Amino acid sequence: MTNIPHLLTIITFLPLVGAAFIAGIRGEEQHVARNARWVALWTSGAVFLLSLLLWFGFDRSNPGFQFEERADWIPALNIAYRMGVDGISMPFVLLSTLLTPICVLASWEAIETRVKEYMIAFLVLETFMVGTFCALDFVAFYVFFEGVLIPMFIIIGVWGGPRRVYSAFKFFLFTLLGSVLMLVAILTMYDQAGTTDIPTLMTTKFDPSLQIWLWLAFFASFAVKVPMWPVHTWLPDAHVEAPTAGSVILAGVLLKMGGYGFLRFSIPMLPDASTTLAPLVFGLSIVAVIYTSLVALAQTDMKKLIAYSSVAHMGFVTAGTFALNRQGVEGAMIQMLSHGIVSGALFLCVGVVYDRLHSREIARYGGLVNNMPRYAFAFMIFTMASVGLPGTSGFIGEFLVMVGVFKSSTWVAFFITTGIILGAAYMLWLYRRVVFGKLEKDDVKAMLDLSPREVAIFVPLILIVLWMGIYPASFTAVTGPTIDQLISNYQVAVGPAQPGGLIAPAEAAPAEPATTEPATPEPAPAAPAEGQSQ
Amino acid sequence: MIDLNLHAALPEIWIAVAAMVLLLIGAYAGDRAMRLIGLLSIAVMVIAIVAMLGIDVSLVPQLAFGGHFIVDQFGVFAKVLALIAAIASVWMSFSYAEREGMARFELPLLMLLATLGMMLMVSANDLISLYVGLELQSLALYVTAAIRRDTVKSTEAGLKYFVLGALSSGMLLYGASMIYGFVGTVSFAGLATALSGATPPSLGLIVGLVFLCAGLAFKISAVPFHMWTPDVYEGAPTPITAFFSAAPKVAAIALFTRVLVDAFGGLTPQWQQIIFAISVGSMILGAFAAMGQRNIKRLMAYSSIGNIGYALVGLAAGTPQGVSGLLFYMATYVPMTLGSFAVILAMRQKGQMVEEIADLSGLAKSQPWLAHIFAAILFSMAGIPPLVGFFGKWMVFAAAVDQGLFVLAVIGVVTSVVSAYYYVRVIKVMYFDEAVGSFDRVDGSLKIVLAGSLAVVVAGILFINPIQSRAIAAAASLFPG
Repeated sequence: MTNIPHLLTIITFLPLVGAAFIAGIRGEEQHVARNARWVALWTSGAVFLLSLLLWFGFDRSNPGFQFEERADWIPALNIAYRMGVDGISMPFVLLSTLLTPICVLASWEAIETRVKEYMIAFLVLETFMVGTFCALDFVAFYVFFEGVLIPMFIIIGVWGGPRRVYSAFKFFLFTLLGSVLMLVAILTMYDQAGTTDIPTLMTTKFDPSLQIWLWLAFFASFAVKVPMWPVHTWLPDAHVEAPTAGSVILAGVLLKMGGYGFLRFSIPMLPDASTTLAPLVFGLSIVAVIYTSLVALAQTDMKKLIAYSSVAHMGFVTAGTFALNRQGVEGAMIQMLSHGIVSGALFLCVGVVYDRLHSREIARYGGLVNNMPRYAFAFMIFTMASVGLPGTSGFIGEFLVMVGVFKSSTWVAFFITTGIILGAAYMLWLYRRVVFGKLEKDDVKAMLDLSPREVAIFVPLILIVLWMGIYPASFTAVTGPTIDQLISNYQVAVGPAQPGGLIAPAEAAPAEPATTEPATPEPAPAAPAEGQSQ
Repeated sequence: MIDLNLHAALPEIWIAVAAMVLLLIGAYAGDRAMRLIGLLSIAVMVIAIVAMLGIDVSLVPQLAFGGHFIVDQFGVFAKVLALIAAIASVWMSFSYAEREGMARFELPLLMLLATLGMMLMVSANDLISLYVGLELQSLALYVTAAIRRDTVKSTEAGLKYFVLGALSSGMLLYGASMIYGFVGTVSFAGLATALSGATPPSLGLIVGLVFLCAGLAFKISAVPFHMWTPDVYEGAPTPITAFFSAAPKVAAIALFTRVLVDAFGGLTPQWQQIIFAISVGSMILGAFAAMGQRNIKRLMAYSSIGNIGYALVGLAAGTPQGVSGLLFYMATYVPMTLGSFAVILAMRQKGQMVEEIADLSGLAKSQPWLAHIFAAILFSMAGIPPLVGFFGKWMVFAAAVDQGLFVLAVIGVVTSVVSAYYYVRVIKVMYFDEAVGSFDRVDGSLKIVLAGSLAVVVAGILFINPIQSRAIAAAASLFPG
């Protein structure tokens, strides 16, 4: 059905073709801007349609990599260009390709200066995002992963708010510092295994004491990207200053690169260290969930509030990931996808009112339900999804994470749960202050409801949120087999039967709870127990 | 034994003869002939590249002048790189020289002679020919730095460079004489044989080695022998600075590598410590000292110090992998630095050269292409993929990690983040700040260099394999066995 050769390469690099096309547009500024918008929309729309072929052509029973491609790149160093997607990466590819046209639409009128460069930056960004999730070679992965910094830096710095320079630098240097430490880890793995092929490295066994260092180096990169407390401080700044579409991509896709990194690299390649250091992740996740939720409560700036809520929600993701059982990882996956849509949509909601009043102050608004009913409805759906109301995508993710974490450690689950309550508090309070209340201010009264363009942005997002919330099976069918394989490989790697350890008991592991493999030496048997008693 | 084998040294002989002919032309035609002599110099160097690629060194190195002169794949790689850098520098100097009143026919000639010195350095196979090549290069460079003798800055730069350069040459000579005194030979092969024994090296030899390293570290402006660099870079006329930052660096670091690997391969643990220290020092100083700079040429000076530090990471590994990484790093560094200087040469407002970073404000609006190219080069220098600078860093750090030099690799990557700050700061000025005034039209000659540099920086990702294969072969030719 979908036998287009080099499909992933086409999806990855088609945006660059569009960008080159836009770069060639000449003429009057008005015309250039108009054409740049349309070319960007057509390109990103075509990329999205092509990526749908991945969704429909994906073999849901195959846990391994699909749509694989391979080409020589640097044979002298045994480095190749290799692409492929599995159940973990494919949904992220779709998330990226879905959000990009939405971002182009959201910037249609909001961006008036240097439109040409803006659209080029977004298309280049799309190439890097999709490439990050498709790359099956470490060098290619790193190239895409780091390459994201360049367009994002420009987007924040050129089209951002008043403190855009500070935020752009902070974003750039924080993420770069984390990433270069990962680079040293990649170089070490390359040196040990002699290859940068990701599937090969997934089956390579690294020395447990070396694993700790490698894991920490990867953690430095992914924790900044996720972001985890205490290295989250770049995020509120970047979100507040970035243009709306930049925030959407930041929250929707860039943060997911960290979570994806944990699932793709940390757990399968460094299983022993993941077991040993899971309590660290739990600890930081708990702090992130509770502390940033409280910080979010105190915010007066809408974007900042949503930015802090992102940190809290990503705390769920990291906790679920390092529960290291099926439910936890599945929950983290769904939570990431849900958060990608929901937080992106919330930033779009802020963008809608910001475009009209040019203020993000919560206190400037109030009573919008009276004159903007459609907006109030869309905002409500996403607020509920963010809170985790059953029937929305947020519920599925958070619930599965809770189940997974509970199996691993009841105390962690207890603390994480408080985040749900606090989350409800700050989101509902935000909604009340912005949408309900009296419609008093004259300029707020004059605001118009959603335009057809804005409706077109929100409708698909609402449908996906409800789809994920009501029938999540169509998503878990994609992610399930890969996650099963991830967990069972992990259990094989860390050795069978860890009573009371972090591994879920038999009924959680679907296929084979214990294996016939000889037990590998346990790196630090005390550590999981610590996590338990925390 | 006395085998001249002039064939191997043909490119050098060709340049030497051609330089003298050009000198005669200049003596008769005067300064009006500067452009002609420059173009002829470029032609001479292009022919030299072609001739060099014609020498068969694929299997065994060619020795000339009774073993004083060696041509191997390593030498060819470094020389081609140095020649390309020299060609671009001469090419960029014409319109500047004519506009700024330094159109002397000696200028391209001196650059040609300096290039000849560089080629001799790269091919030196004993301490005597090393010194001869080094001095030929240095003396020519001292004069070019001071070529605008009517300005204080240029003469100051020339004098500083000369005094400190003479000091370093003295140290180098002193070290060489100690080495000769304790080992009894100056040829690299002889030194390698003498030092391959199991006996621990004598203290005098170590002292000699340290002095030799100090002298050579000066030439590549590695910390702590870097002090001259910012002043000379700032004071010298910009096309000369472009020349300084590219070709001599390649030649000197190639010479450094050959001396340490070929002659002192037996003392690898000893010199590794030295290289380790100056590499760390250069990376750290290059990163931190550049932050406060306002003058773009001084910024580039510190940037070149930092870049040499990264290249030395490959040498510190002391393995063929490390040397191939070093060569690859230099192959990426040269087009980046030449491109940067092409941008700096384009910084002209109402006929006046400007050098402040603040003068670049709003360049993305007034001259978008110039800004885009410079931004690509700067991101590449900061080591951000997919630009080619990243791969240079990848190669040298991979070699360091392979040798267990994790400290060096971690310091390297962290300083690369620090240096990213000042590179990105320039991009910030160009893209985020409001324009203060626009630059004059960019010369056609600069456009060619800019386009070439951009092509390497952006499309280099596709051509890593051919370059790296050659670098690997070049490094292999340096290591015995």
